[in-house]
Amino acid sequence: METPEDPLMSIPHARAIGMQLIQHDAAGCVVRVPYADHLVGDPDTGVVHGGVLTALLDNACGIAVRPADSQTAISMATLDLRIDYLGAAVPHQDILAHAVCYKRTRHIAFVRATAYQSTVDDPIATCVASFMLGTANEARAAGA
Amino acid sequence: MKLLAELRAQGRGQDMEAVLAQIPYARFLGIQVDRKGNEITTIMPFKPELVGNVHLPALHGGAIGAFLEMTAVIQLLFDTSCERLPKTIDVSIDYLRSGRPQPTFGRAIVTRHGRRVANVRSEIWQEERGKPIGVSHGHYLLAPLTAD
Repeated sequence: METPEDPLMSIPHARAIGMQLIQHDAAGCVVRVPYADHLVGDPDTGVVHGGVLTALLDNACGIAVRPADSQTAISMATLDLRIDYLGAAVPHQDILAHAVCYKRTRHIAFVRATAYQSTVDDPIATCVASFMLGTANEARAAGA
Repeated sequence: MKLLAELRAQGRGQDMEAVLAQIPYARFLGIQVDRKGNEITTIMPFKPELVGNVHLPALHGGAIGAFLEMTAVIQLLFDTSCERLPKTIDVSIDYLRSGRPQPTFGRAIVTRHGRRVANVRSEIWQEERGKPIGVSHGHYLLAPLTAD
């Protein structure tokens, strides 16, 4: 199934990192980051910086909060994010993140996600996050 | 990192700008370091590529997380004589306020420095130091795991 328009394209930081939404259904979402030179954290090994995983996992979790069949946008803010770095990413390989929203209440959504390269059974990082829903999504008044 | 060993050999082990210049992702985020004596503050000037919400606008949670982590690692390298980049074991981030399109500043404290693992707390803010936009607490591996 092809995504008509990748919502990640409207997020400047996601676009700058190269994130692509490749799947979003009732089972969660999958976001991919292709390997790129500007994402490297250790120049000796070419391993991608942990911050890229942070951005990928944060964004994947945020997408998973919105039900795949929902037409309405949900405004949200990340409350907290905890990441375990299980191992270094293999250089020159894409990194994927699979995120699942396992509980959504009126105010808060709870999400977990796994980052991996070849298969989801061989994770390089795991994360749990919570999001506040229905946050203000209007530009602030000047000086506010 | 080869460069770290070279800098230490030249007596420039605390030249964090030179370290950042070698890390492509730090250059992409535009991170700088301001040193006053034995205190360092990290700086992430605003640029459009850091935005996560164009309506507010607000910095991306990932950019905030990466800056917190970079602040922690820079402080660790500054405080210690390790010759390789510490590896992040885990990090827990609290997002306290949305990041505005402004420069962001960061400070970190190494709360415990063990032989193999260090605990580091980071805090980042914008206009007011007393109003942090994010804090983090992480564990960093300083020595290679023998069983790895």
